[in-house]
Amino acid sequence: MTQLTLASILTQPVGVSHYLIVGAVLFVCGALCMATKRNALGVLMGIELVLNGANLNFIAFGSPYLRKASETMGLDGQLMSLFVIVLAAAEAAVALAIALNFYNSFNTIDVDRADQLQG
Amino acid sequence: MDVATTLPKLLMIAWLLPLASFAITSLGYSVPQFLGIRVRYSTQVYAAYIAIGAIVLGFVLSCIALFGCWLPAHPLTAASHEGGEHAAAQEHATTSPSLFRYVAQHEAQEAASHAEEHNNEAPPYITGDWYALGIFGKLRLTIGYYIDTLTVTMFAMVTLIASCVHIYAFGYMHDELHDYTDHEVHLADGEHLHRRGRFHRFFQYLSLFSFSMLGICISGNFAMTFVFWELVGICSYFLIGFYIERQSASTAANKAFIVNRIGDFGMLIGLMTIWSTLGTFNFGDMKAADGTVVPGVFSQLHRPENHYRIAPTDSMIAFEGRNQIAEAIRKAGSTEPVAMEATVKAEVARLRAEDGTKWGHLLLFVAGVGIFCGCVGKSAQFPLHVWLPDAMEGPTPVSALVHSATMVAAGVFLVGRSYPLFSAEALLVIAVVGCITLFIAATIAVTQYDIKRVLAYSTVSQLGFMMLALGLGGWVAGLFHLITHAFFKSLLFLCSGSVIHAVHSNDMRHMGGLRKKMPITAYTMLVGCLAIAGVGVPFLAGFSGFHSKDAIVEQALSHWHHNWADGFSWLLFVVPVFSAALTAFYMFRLWYLTFAGEPQDHHRFDHAHESPRSMTGPLVLLAVFAVIAGWGLPSFAPGPFANFSIPNLLEQARPIGTLASKPGVYLSDLFIPSEHIAHAPEMFRPIKLPAGLAAITAAIVGIFLATVIYLWKSVSAAKLAAAMQPLYQLSWHKWWFDELYDFIFVRPVHAISAFIAQVMDRGLIDGIIHTLAWIARGCAMVVSTGGDRWVIDNVVDTFAEKTWNLGLSLRSLQTGRLRQYVMFIVVCTIVLFIVASVWRIAVAGP
Repeated sequence: MTQLTLASILTQPVGVSHYLIVGAVLFVCGALCMATKRNALGVLMGIELVLNGANLNFIAFGSPYLRKASETMGLDGQLMSLFVIVLAAAEAAVALAIALNFYNSFNTIDVDRADQLQG
Repeated sequence: MDVATTLPKLLMIAWLLPLASFAITSLGYSVPQFLGIRVRYSTQVYAAYIAIGAIVLGFVLSCIALFGCWLPAHPLTAASHEGGEHAAAQEHATTSPSLFRYVAQHEAQEAASHAEEHNNEAPPYITGDWYALGIFGKLRLTIGYYIDTLTVTMFAMVTLIASCVHIYAFGYMHDELHDYTDHEVHLADGEHLHRRGRFHRFFQYLSLFSFSMLGICISGNFAMTFVFWELVGICSYFLIGFYIERQSASTAANKAFIVNRIGDFGMLIGLMTIWSTLGTFNFGDMKAADGTVVPGVFSQLHRPENHYRIAPTDSMIAFEGRNQIAEAIRKAGSTEPVAMEATVKAEVARLRAEDGTKWGHLLLFVAGVGIFCGCVGKSAQFPLHVWLPDAMEGPTPVSALVHSATMVAAGVFLVGRSYPLFSAEALLVIAVVGCITLFIAATIAVTQYDIKRVLAYSTVSQLGFMMLALGLGGWVAGLFHLITHAFFKSLLFLCSGSVIHAVHSNDMRHMGGLRKKMPITAYTMLVGCLAIAGVGVPFLAGFSGFHSKDAIVEQALSHWHHNWADGFSWLLFVVPVFSAALTAFYMFRLWYLTFAGEPQDHHRFDHAHESPRSMTGPLVLLAVFAVIAGWGLPSFAPGPFANFSIPNLLEQARPIGTLASKPGVYLSDLFIPSEHIAHAPEMFRPIKLPAGLAAITAAIVGIFLATVIYLWKSVSAAKLAAAMQPLYQLSWHKWWFDELYDFIFVRPVHAISAFIAQVMDRGLIDGIIHTLAWIARGCAMVVSTGGDRWVIDNVVDTFAEKTWNLGLSLRSLQTGRLRQYVMFIVVCTIVLFIVASVWRIAVAGP
């Protein structure tokens, strides 16, 4: 059954699951980037990847082309992704400001050096 | 105008005016002072005006009551010597020209004369209740009135003297109208006490006192009398302790109060006896709301069927006796034939007489002596006389009003008022106590040097004379002396106050020759001395004291005659006569030492001056009364003044059943003679003549001796004292009464108190309390260590520790490394995912 599903992914025309797989790959890449990068900007990039992976999921579920039924207008997924993009922009601005301050304070942007809040 | 409605109202207003004055001055001066507002001296003067106004108005009303109201309704008769008494007396007199033979024969004829002896009914009186204080079962405590001639006379006398004293005090107390320096109080730093004047307070107390005294006079029952009795006691306490900062004054006030309580204890016993046996406190017969007449104390004891003779009621005899009588009466009233009825009635009479003699007279005796105990305290009779001389610590006007003229006379007044209550034996007790008192006090007065103390002891002595007279059956004589004494003794005290005011000393050794400096005081005081000594022309006229003392001596002699056989009744005549001589002696000793001779202390003499007019005015007025109070007006005087004289007034007030002689019940040979026996014309030679001569001789001898020793100085007083050293010491130390009481009563009380304080209080009670405290503390410790510290604290501590440790262990998670946090998130997400998947597969199925 599982094998059947995997095989069908490769053989079937592009659908929701393909998008989901790409999104999951993006998400995992972003998460790994966040977990491994010591550079604060690298971590930020990881965050962008995670957000975009999530965005891709919204788009996939929201697109009328990728869905079988189209009873609704189907704009909710796109709207959510727009929100996420706006949020990501704001978050990037704030995060970059933090990074700048961090650099001003510690002369580095290595996040491992920022352990002042440890218990 | 109806006397029965007008008179109570008049007297009530006269009675309540001083109370109003007290209330106004309290509200106007004492209350602000209590609140810390200082009343200016110029304002304090008005307290005196208010008090004087009230008492003078009271005097005017009393005079209206006496002359405008009472006497027109009850005109006086001329000296009433008529009555069956004469017949009996006449028999004796005709057959026995000699005094002694008369007495010997008297015994035999006594029994015969008693049967038909005339006895009197109740005098005219008005009685009623104003206000019921409380009704407890059958006991009604009311504010009521009992107005007879005695009440009205006392009202006039008290308000007159109180008015004089009030006016006098206005001058005397002037020192209190500015800041006062008390030279007799030494403070710890050697300075004298400086304090604010208390002018208003003095007049406030005087007003309250006048109100209370008038309350006793008008009182309609024993309970109300007792209330006002205590009120005058407390006023006396306040006034003796007026200079409260002086140790001696506060001690004297306490002494007066405590000694009076002892007497009042006896009085309470008397009151209980009266209430429990007679069921009422009312003096007179009271009309109840339903028109029935409730008999008062007096008419219950003096019933018409006994010829108004004193006889115990059925309620006074023992319970079984009462039952027997009730049973016999029931039998008589029912079916017994007429012949039997007579025998049953005789049986009733026999039972009554038998049980009455056994118990009834005993109860009467207890009631009488009980009431008299109160009078002993208030009137400073032996053995409770010790407080009165100490009471002279009060300001002199107080001594004049409270401690000589009125309050101490209240005891005599009460004996006079409740006279129908006294059986012959109780009267004998009164007479003996009076006799002892008058002798002791007179001997003490002879050697004292404090002018006020001499007067104080003379007061005690004169009160003894009154008690003696009353006890020997001389009701009019005793109360007559009460009234004349009130005039001349208040005069004497006010004079002494005037002297003290001038020389600032009580000691007669600092005086002398003062008559040149203060003539009015000196000569008014001389009048007072002559009055108290009883100077007069026998059987004609004299100073007021002459008439009253003559009456007392007559009664004493009459008593001796009738009790010739018992061997000691001569004492009751000889001792008073001897004391009368002593009285004359010490009064003139006082006058000579103070006013005659050479000044002893020139410094004081030079500063002496006659007192202001507000003080000499009352002196002159009282001196006039001291002279004329014993005189009478003839029968052709206009309107209410016909026959007006104090003895006639009192004769009209004679209480029920006191005219006849009283034979003793237990002491079968005791015989209290009727007062009228001595007045009978045929008794002139056996009684009146020797008595009159004895009295005047005593007075003259006394005055003569005083003149020899203190004016002419033919005999040195010091040598005389040395020659009679033991007697002198006895008198000088006041018979060691204070020391004796100190030894018998005060010290044992102190010892017992110390024992109780040390052993009972500190040892026993404190011990119990300490043990209880110790036990409680132990319990608390157990609860504290076991319960609180161990159980509760452990639970709380453990909980806190666990929380703390949890926090510590959670702390290590917080590394501060960003990447680690991300790792946590990722790992946790994966774990969640795995858990959710396993859950789904395991529980919900694939």
